[in-house]
Amino acid sequence: MINWKVILGIARTHLLTKIKQTSIAALGVTFGIGAYITLVCFMTGLNKMLDDLILNQTPHVHIYNEIEPSNKQPIALYKEFENALNVVHSVKPRQTQKRIHNALALLEHLNEDTKVKGAIPQIKAQVFYLAGTIELGGTITGIQAMEEARLFNFKDYIVQGSVQDLESNFNGILLGSGIADKMSMTIGDRIQISNSSGEVFPLKIVGIFQSGIAELDNVQSFVNLKTSQRVLGEAENYITDINLKLHDIGYAPELAQQIEQQFGLKAIDINTANAQFETGTTIRNLITYAVSITLLIVAGFGIYNILNMLIYEKMNDIAILKATGFSGKDVQLIFMSQALIIGFIGGILGLVLGYLLSMTIDQIPFDTEALPTINTYPVNHNPMFYVIGISFAMVSTFLAGYLPSRKAKRIDPVRIIRGQ
Amino acid sequence: MGAVLKAVNVNKYFTKPTRFHVLKDINFEISKGEFTSIMGKSGCGKSTLLYVLSTMDTDYEGSLFLNNELVTGKERHELSFIRNRDIGFVFQFHYLLSEFSVLENVMLPAKKLAAKSLQEIEFDAIQKLKILEIDHLAKKRASRISGGEKQRVAIARALINNPAIIMGDEPTGNLDSYNAQNVFNIFRQLSDEQGLSLLVVTHDRDFANKTDRIITMTDGQILS
Repeated sequence: MINWKVILGIARTHLLTKIKQTSIAALGVTFGIGAYITLVCFMTGLNKMLDDLILNQTPHVHIYNEIEPSNKQPIALYKEFENALNVVHSVKPRQTQKRIHNALALLEHLNEDTKVKGAIPQIKAQVFYLAGTIELGGTITGIQAMEEARLFNFKDYIVQGSVQDLESNFNGILLGSGIADKMSMTIGDRIQISNSSGEVFPLKIVGIFQSGIAELDNVQSFVNLKTSQRVLGEAENYITDINLKLHDIGYAPELAQQIEQQFGLKAIDINTANAQFETGTTIRNLITYAVSITLLIVAGFGIYNILNMLIYEKMNDIAILKATGFSGKDVQLIFMSQALIIGFIGGILGLVLGYLLSMTIDQIPFDTEALPTINTYPVNHNPMFYVIGISFAMVSTFLAGYLPSRKAKRIDPVRIIRGQ
Repeated sequence: MGAVLKAVNVNKYFTKPTRFHVLKDINFEISKGEFTSIMGKSGCGKSTLLYVLSTMDTDYEGSLFLNNELVTGKERHELSFIRNRDIGFVFQFHYLLSEFSVLENVMLPAKKLAAKSLQEIEFDAIQKLKILEIDHLAKKRASRISGGEKQRVAIARALINNPAIIMGDEPTGNLDSYNAQNVFNIFRQLSDEQGLSLLVVTHDRDFANKTDRIITMTDGQILS
């Protein structure tokens, strides 16, 4: 028979008459939770941005032909030397072509796989950029521009011009920003490139590309698949690379292995290619959590302190309540509900504070070479953080209130009354 | 008339700082409507006895009956309930909840008992305040009234659940003679007019002399 109305009434009176202390305790929670929300939104936003930086433009599986020595040397095929120890000196890489054999059929096969979000071809070619008498070495990559934009956020790295301009212009080139600067060229200008055999092709600059990695921007340009085939003087089935994007990134290693075995090609999955990046993400997340938990614990101790003091001040009240028939449990509930009310109000205000702060951060300009499309600091407004925030506010105030209230429960009224 | 309160062979020891036999074989009973006072020198154990009788102190030997019901050995929450319903307290230092209004202080034990609706409780509380002639203070904060008034509020609070017995631990000990007289008159009146049982520990010989019965204690024993 717990009379909640009476208990909450007493708790409310206690809180309201000590409004200063109550506000300070609630503010402790507010700042803790607010800082947590701000920090976690900001840090996960940054993390996500860094992840995207790598993940979006990196294929989950990259298929190509590697120039490498044969695993099996011819001598291994001789039955006579089967059980002998064969030593081959001066092994050379195998003569092989850069193109992927029967690439169009392979593309079709990969695109049929339901786990694959998309498989798109690329052609990589070594070229020279010509400007008057100056020759600059570089690479061009033939792409299906619209597909690249769909699967690998290609659009984010085009600072001038657009994907459509490249897609629709078979004489167009998306020039790396570094080359454009060096050659003082801009959108609309014409550039000449020559292939390794010295043939010259005039192309029109339809856009400027900037990845943020200077070394890449100084050599890399993009053209249409067909344009690159023309530059290389190859047929339409000439394809050097296939990039895969999967629905589930975890499937990448398995698929890569499968492709290597089935087709005899080199397939690199994203985890192998970016192992150090994974570690970085894990550590950043770890730091985020460590800092947030610290903040919340500090807020919890604040509440603990204030409730403890409140109970010392209220010794007389506790004794009276007990003498007039309130049980220890009633008294405990009075103080517990005070803690939880402080936690709830402080927590809600904390969410509001966190929201406002993270919105402010979201508006602060953030210009970086590396990310041409990002203008403000990245913030991840995940509703889950708010749920975690308020839950932690409640849990920590519960714990912070539990110990002092248990003490209140155990106070012997006779000692207090006779002590005076 | 039946016994409201009965103590049988009550013994109590203090263990700190050394073992000390503070109540020795206490046997007595209080009849319904009796106004009893307990007298004795400081340290004779009279307050200790009162707190044993109040059910707040459970660390004793022997048995205690309230309204012919054994209360010794009951669970703490049951004892709380009994205190709430059957026993009213008046202490030496008024012991009101200072942050609550006078009316709320009086109503609180009844709200806890929850036997009546809020309107009835409020009505009762105002009735009790009227009996004690302090109904004009109802809305004031308990910390804003004088000592004598506080003690009367405490009495009103003790009365709110119409208890079987009212216990007082030197209820006039902290009051001037005018207010002490006033409080005594209130007790006397309650006893005479409403047949309330009262058990009051006091140092005040004049006060004790005017009660129905005096229990004198010396060194943990009842003399008379």
